[in-house]
Amino acid sequence: MSHIEVRGLTKSFGGHLAADGISFAIGKGSLVGLLGPSGGGKTTVLRMLAGLERPDSGDITFEGVRVNDIPPQKRGIGLVFQNYALFRHMNVFDNIAFGLTVQKRSKTYIRERVGELLELTGLAGLAERLPSQLSGGQRQRVAFARALAPQPQLLLLDEPFAAIDAKVRKELRLWLRDMIDRVGITTLFVTHDQEEAVEVADEIMIVNRGRLEQKGSPEHIYGTPQTPFVAGFIGESSRVEAVSELHGFEHCHEGAKAIVRPEFIEIGSPRELRLPSASGQGIVKAVFFRGTHWQVEVEVGTNRLFGYRDLEQPALHPGDATHVLVHRAYLVSGGQVSVVENRYKTDPMPVHI
Amino acid sequence: MAGAVPAVSAARGQCAAVHAADHLTEHAAVRWLLIGIALLFLGLFLILPLVTVFVEAFRKGAALYFAALREKEALAAIRLTLTTAAFAVPANLIFGLAAAWAVSKFRFRGKQVLLTLIDLPFAVSPVISGLVFVLLFGARGWFGPWLSEHDVKIIFALPGIVLATVFVTFPFVARELIPLMQAQGVQEEEAAATLGASGWRIFWKVTLPNIKWGLLYGVILCNARAMGEFGAVSVVSGHVRGKTNTIPLHVQILYNEYKFTAAFAVASLLVLLAAVTLGVKSFIEWKHHQSAHTGAEESGDPI
Repeated sequence: MSHIEVRGLTKSFGGHLAADGISFAIGKGSLVGLLGPSGGGKTTVLRMLAGLERPDSGDITFEGVRVNDIPPQKRGIGLVFQNYALFRHMNVFDNIAFGLTVQKRSKTYIRERVGELLELTGLAGLAERLPSQLSGGQRQRVAFARALAPQPQLLLLDEPFAAIDAKVRKELRLWLRDMIDRVGITTLFVTHDQEEAVEVADEIMIVNRGRLEQKGSPEHIYGTPQTPFVAGFIGESSRVEAVSELHGFEHCHEGAKAIVRPEFIEIGSPRELRLPSASGQGIVKAVFFRGTHWQVEVEVGTNRLFGYRDLEQPALHPGDATHVLVHRAYLVSGGQVSVVENRYKTDPMPVHI
Repeated sequence: MAGAVPAVSAARGQCAAVHAADHLTEHAAVRWLLIGIALLFLGLFLILPLVTVFVEAFRKGAALYFAALREKEALAAIRLTLTTAAFAVPANLIFGLAAAWAVSKFRFRGKQVLLTLIDLPFAVSPVISGLVFVLLFGARGWFGPWLSEHDVKIIFALPGIVLATVFVTFPFVARELIPLMQAQGVQEEEAAATLGASGWRIFWKVTLPNIKWGLLYGVILCNARAMGEFGAVSVVSGHVRGKTNTIPLHVQILYNEYKFTAAFAVASLLVLLAAVTLGVKSFIEWKHHQSAHTGAEESGDPI
């Protein structure tokens, strides 16, 4: 049986549907990322799981028990807020000890448990500090320790890294992943940053406009997006309005739309391409330096695509005629997505020769 | 923390020492003219009246000053003022806290109406506020006949004075707390709830400590106004000497009877109260500022 199960969860705020019939299940001990654009309803789902928001309809069960009417106090959850919401007048020790004090644990137990968590989160020596005397990363770890202290069954993280600068964020991501593996707690975290979701989560759920678009492992979602939204949201992509104009995709019906990722595209002279016979002609429209590579925008027919090029390769310039090899495209039709391969790639020499 | 304070004051000292570049400031004559006008205004409207009170109070010597304060009617007025404040301030502390809590931490219908109602005493003239109570509880008021039947005196007695004072000072605590609590949001309370804390515990352990300085500030302003209120109290008190005169009313009576020294002597008490209030107020502001910014300097270190 799944640990957390959600069925048909719906919630609206004054006519705006924040959650629209969301259903999913989370296995015990797994780390799930709830990914989607801002305002897509992710935080609302999280808050309903925490009991801070009441669903209009739908059920939430923890270990098979319906918790809709159980207040947040009794759900056994740990919640880490986006801005941490540390108790500003309490020092680190008292913040972490808060949940244990509520449980009326003995003084010795509290001291031991808080000490343990301070050690685990690398905050030893900071017990007497006030939240205002900590850095963003330290605050985040205090919030994490505070949520874990009463040994909740479910850990909920709302944009846990949003307020931290980019470099520290990367370190904290790895730290969090490692920490959750060690504690072994079922965790759901909300993020709008796909890199973060892919790196941290076992499983990703993509939510957009209050609907669950797709759920699966990062590799699966990346490789086989099921909806146009997911295909366009995950990874980088160009939208192609007339895919039949691309060389190798003439068999697609006229006017079919598609999404093409830069990593599916090779741009350069025929000698540089792996399969020149599968490539078509294009014109370079713009070239951007991206630090480790060039980002090249090309026009093929009426379509504009972008791809990457090594810094080692000869530079391209706007206006140059070049070859474009499109390996694969996500064909979008009627809310469905299918993967189409370049047909000259699999069959470079047609049979009749 | 210890390191932060000197760092801040050093930075401030530096700012004061550096003169603004010439193109960023006005001509010297303009500067002095503006400063002069401000100082003149300040002196004329704030310092001069304060000095006058004490000069007039001590005009005929300290002996007469203290005699005026020891007079039976003066003592009665002081006692009545303190009693009124002792009722009005706690009442508004509780009302204000409850109202601010409701407005800032919950979503409900009629919130705007409630906010407007809280401001009502500021908008209405104090004399009208007093009159309302006379119309309600006076001999010919709505509840007047019933009250006189049961021998309950509200108007021209302590209850009326307390009611009028509570009404007039109602907004002070709530108005002080609402913006503060709104700025703090509900996240800390929500965090406490997910950690298992009951509503009562959340209030005492999380909400109250976060607003204590603002609350104290509101209480002090409320107290200053409660003791100094004239208009509303004047309408409901009936000016019975030694019985229903508060300090401001007593001052007015003395003044009308040309007992200037005594009038200024009693008035000086209110001035002293104002001075103490301002002193405590700036202490609280300093304290509040300090607790809000402690260690901000140190938060720059990496994880």
